[in-house]
Amino acid sequence: MYQPVAVAAGDHAQAHESEHEVSKFGMWLFLASEVMFFAAFIAAYVVLRAHSRGAFAEAARELNVVLAAVNTLALITSSLTMVLAVGAAQRGDRRGTVRGLAATIALGCVFLVIKYFEYSAKFHHGIYPSTNAFFGCYFLLTGFHGLHVLAGIIALSILLVVASRGVFRDGYYTPVECTGLYWHLVDVVWIFLFPILYLLH
Amino acid sequence: MSNDHIHPPPSSFFYKYIWSTDHKVIGKQYLFTAFFFLLVGGLMAMLMRWQLAYPGSPVPVLGKMLSALAFIDDDGRVTEEGFNQLVTMHGTIMIFFVVIPILVGAFGNFLIPLHVGARDVAFPVLNALSYWLFLPASVLIFASLFVEGGPAQAGWTSYAPLADLTQTGFSAGHGQTLWLLALFLVGWASILGGFNFLTTIIKLRAPGLGWGRLPLVTWAQFITAVFQLLATPVLAAALCLMLVDRLLGTSFFIPEHVYPGDVASGRSGGGVVLMWQHIFWFYSHPAVYILVLPGMGIASDLISTFARKPIFGYKAMVASMASIMGLGFIVWGHHMFVSGMQPVMGKTFMISTMLIALPSGVKVFNWLGTLWGSSIRFTAPMLCGLSFLSMFIIGGLSGLFMAATPVDIFIHDTYYIVAHFHYIVFGGTLFAVFGGFYFWFPKMFGRMMHEGLAKLHCALTFVGFNLAFFPMHFLGEAGHMRRISTPTEYEWLMPVQPMNVFISHSAFLLGAAQLIFLFNFFWSWVAGRRAEPNPWQSNTLEWTTPSPIPYYNFDKVPTVHHGPYEYSTAGAETDWTPQDRPDAGPAAGPAAGAGKGH
Repeated sequence: MYQPVAVAAGDHAQAHESEHEVSKFGMWLFLASEVMFFAAFIAAYVVLRAHSRGAFAEAARELNVVLAAVNTLALITSSLTMVLAVGAAQRGDRRGTVRGLAATIALGCVFLVIKYFEYSAKFHHGIYPSTNAFFGCYFLLTGFHGLHVLAGIIALSILLVVASRGVFRDGYYTPVECTGLYWHLVDVVWIFLFPILYLLH
Repeated sequence: MSNDHIHPPPSSFFYKYIWSTDHKVIGKQYLFTAFFFLLVGGLMAMLMRWQLAYPGSPVPVLGKMLSALAFIDDDGRVTEEGFNQLVTMHGTIMIFFVVIPILVGAFGNFLIPLHVGARDVAFPVLNALSYWLFLPASVLIFASLFVEGGPAQAGWTSYAPLADLTQTGFSAGHGQTLWLLALFLVGWASILGGFNFLTTIIKLRAPGLGWGRLPLVTWAQFITAVFQLLATPVLAAALCLMLVDRLLGTSFFIPEHVYPGDVASGRSGGGVVLMWQHIFWFYSHPAVYILVLPGMGIASDLISTFARKPIFGYKAMVASMASIMGLGFIVWGHHMFVSGMQPVMGKTFMISTMLIALPSGVKVFNWLGTLWGSSIRFTAPMLCGLSFLSMFIIGGLSGLFMAATPVDIFIHDTYYIVAHFHYIVFGGTLFAVFGGFYFWFPKMFGRMMHEGLAKLHCALTFVGFNLAFFPMHFLGEAGHMRRISTPTEYEWLMPVQPMNVFISHSAFLLGAAQLIFLFNFFWSWVAGRRAEPNPWQSNTLEWTTPSPIPYYNFDKVPTVHHGPYEYSTAGAETDWTPQDRPDAGPAAGPAAGAGKGH
């Protein structure tokens, strides 16, 4: 019933372009649109901040920098484990791929769990998206980023099942690399969100 | 270059017509959904024109039938609020559910793989997914006509804070929320299409098909896809901001202490009203080019084919489209000249907007250069192509007046604007679309459309369109605001009211003429003359396949030897040279050295 995208792409690829290249290129283009999506939110943040600088600085002090720093560390480390998974898949190393993917998923979950505690602490103190413009931006930006982390975890979990069956061998590792590219983007977006939301007072 | 990799076509109804990954079927899915909305949106235009000509009198025939809808009262009159809803939904439906789906969803899907000599797009499953995001969006926008309070009524631009407020009457209903959700889904359908098409054109071109041999239709789709990929996510973000404003009570577009009703209801304020306009137009100005560039591409192919001449200045055509794309990203502020803007910014946007006239002028010059001294075949598609050209010139010229800040401040939000963009989107794009159907129908359905009916439709549309929209320029200069339901309420508009009546009757003629097209379309589908593979004696790769096109397009992946517009080449066997015809070689050719120089 379900025809994996990558396989379908391979069918139509012409002699001089491998399926791997086509899929990777498509992924890069998709990431470009993701960048524009987050860029628009960040632009909105910049405009609102310029209009009420003092209120933004004040509100930002309410955020928990330590938890966010731990989260930053978790995501950066997960990018490393993702690279290890891609490298292992490229070599056809099944156990290495599974280990790398499992570690990445675990670190992604750590990120979301910490995020959950951050959110519930805010709600506990009566802070909601509607509280002020800063928290509107905060919940919107981290919320959409969190959804992207969740989507990444789901994709990586599917890959984990596929990888454990030993599908990625003989130089076939396209889905791992494409998901890796996506995961790095999610990481990079966080690298921007962390300073502008937590560190800028 | 063999037959391997060809899957058998799906045999079950579900995989053949519903969840199909075949770009041709997906194109038709987009097409028929868009046709449905063309009727809905067209009917809305008729209702508005009735109200403008005869304010407050019941709509004949349709009024009673439609009185269940929010915008028509029990006596069959268009209500004042209902007029706002009609304005909003007519614009939204025509842009997002008719023109973009037809140009990109239908023509883009159908033609791109054929023009690059591929068996499908790069990611067929994502292509299907794109339609299956579009369809729920269509259902949402259609359902919003029936919800309590009626559909959205803040205009297709949904300016904040008008569309943002949930406490006051104007946008309190679910219509506006459904509008936002529907557009969000349409946006992602568009993004998926965009990167799929870009990947297809960049990576899947057949051997020999260099960038200089790509038909201009496909070049236009390529540039459109860049807009879709990079501008649409910004719209998606803007819609999200407004959605959370409405659903979670945030204040992204609501300043403090200006809207007491909402502040009292717990809004914190601190938002920036103008930010909506900036983010919205950052997408929606490029969207204007999404609406017209594919039409330019179609017209280029029609004009070259039926002038039997190579397109004049192929490279300049591509370069002009590329510069329209570059400039298209930095002109959005010209929609906001009266919204409040620093004079330096206004001047900057004025200059960048006027610069767009240069590439547009190059295109017009090149189309005319193609026609110059040619022996034109006046077929129905060519008549539509020529109509596109003439209407685009008028619409382009009136656009220049708007680009100039001082003039724009005078004509802003008047019927002059309405005239301008209908000259581009209806007179320009829709004529190209009609021409495209008359041209590619044999490839899509294996039959010819009726030529006589097609010519009649084209002529009536041309006359009806110009009678309806040209006088709107005068209305605008007379100070007739757009989006008003009852022009007779304003004393200074009384002298031009007869013109409103005239416009409405012309619009009814124009609307009725479209029924000829729909009849011709469906009648030809069933009973049209069976088409031969290349009825127009055209060059591009789709004409080398049988009509209708088999499931996997090409038995063998073609090898391309020629550019797309080699017509009337001296010494060639025929006056057209299919792109995949092998070169005869200097010795075997009918005349040595007759091969066209590049």
